Amino acid sequence: MEISVAVNGTGRVSEVEPRTLLVYYLRDELGLTGTNVGCDTSSCGACTVHLNGESVKSCTMLAVQADGQEVTTIEGLAPSSDELHPMQESFQNNHGLQCGYCTPGMVMAACSLLEENPVPTEAEVREGLEGNLCRCTGYHNIVKAVLACSGQDVS
Amino acid sequence: MIPAAFDYQKADSAEEAIALIVEHGDEAKLLAGGHSLIPMMKLRLAVPSVLVDIAGVEDLSYINDCGDHFAIGALTKHRLLETSDLLLAECPLLAHVASKVGDPQVRHRGTLGGSLAHSDPASDLPAAILALGGSLIAEGPGGSREIAVADFFTGYFESSLAEDEMLTEVRVPKAPGASWNYQKFNRRAQDWAIVGVAAVEVNGATQVSLVNMGSTPLRAEAVESALAGGASATEAAEVAAEGTDAPTDLNASPEYRDHLARVLTKRALEASGVS
Repeated sequence: MEISVAVNGTGRVSEVEPRTLLVYYLRDELGLTGTNVGCDTSSCGACTVHLNGESVKSCTMLAVQADGQEVTTIEGLAPSSDELHPMQESFQNNHGLQCGYCTPGMVMAACSLLEENPVPTEAEVREGLEGNLCRCTGYHNIVKAVLACSGQDVS
Repeated sequence: MIPAAFDYQKADSAEEAIALIVEHGDEAKLLAGGHSLIPMMKLRLAVPSVLVDIAGVEDLSYINDCGDHFAIGALTKHRLLETSDLLLAECPLLAHVASKVGDPQVRHRGTLGGSLAHSDPASDLPAAILALGGSLIAEGPGGSREIAVADFFTGYFESSLAEDEMLTEVRVPKAPGASWNYQKFNRRAQDWAIVGVAAVEVNGATQVSLVNMGSTPLRAEAVESALAGGASATEAAEVAAEGTDAPTDLNASPEYRDHLARVLTKRALEASGVS
């Protein structure tokens, strides 16, 4: 069926099979491979994108469910091609990544978290990222990056 | 993992959704947030040939103050429940339990009605609603009917909803100022409860329910009777596994679940002020 989705601010009209998962629509149909597939069972959060500004796991949504809505992926976060989003910058400054596989999902989940809770405590950051797993166990610096991005002193 | 092929239909109203499930019978499933159904379809544990998407039915997302109870639309998302000022003030157990479902991404999509209709005995919200009491409204081709929460959960992933009925509203009694507690025991933050216990005071009596201690969420009747008879929290918690039929899986044996039910019930009762 035909769907019309605003992806990273651009209207996209595509023909998809109803069973196509949102993550495969983004990766295979639109070529937006920044969104990773990790566990494929809605546990790891590597596929986290924003649907109308809220974090969702794109492996547990059908592309047809996004019809008529706004999707933002990691590619659509930065204001321009030579500038990073403040959360991306904070991950870079605080070494909030090791292998990098969970990073797109972590960054998207973290942005959604700060949208709902602009100045979270460390415990709230840890709870807010409970849907995202880092197999390198690099949580310490990820949490630090999110706290720093919220304007808190992490030195 | 990709679900098996199906036909996708979008309903803009409850009436349209009911007409579609009447037309397609047991081949059709209603799709709300999809966070229970889509994982099962990916594993091919559920293979509906028609999906009726009701997520766009906007007039089913609400929390209304109705005096002695709240009327909550079936499509109200967990995130809305956990942040609702109305619920936080006068039905805090429900708001708190909603905040313990899955993770933020799941709570941005999952709906109260979807969780109840799915009737997973390991889910948090069915047990919370069971502890609170109240009723559910189901609409079908012949009109709507009210189902007492106590009569809703009939078996493993089974409810008293008929094939051509759709859950539209959940009515929960207010309990302002009442003591309450929810204990959820799991190994990973976002997991289902290995065992969970909800306790809440309703009209002066302590009502207790159990997560994942049988084929449906259960009221801990033995605990409630013991408390009504004057037992202490410690004494009442000792009978928490009575009348239950705990499942076995990779996480726990039935004996271990019985033990958890006793320990968590004691914690829930003590935290909610039953001494």
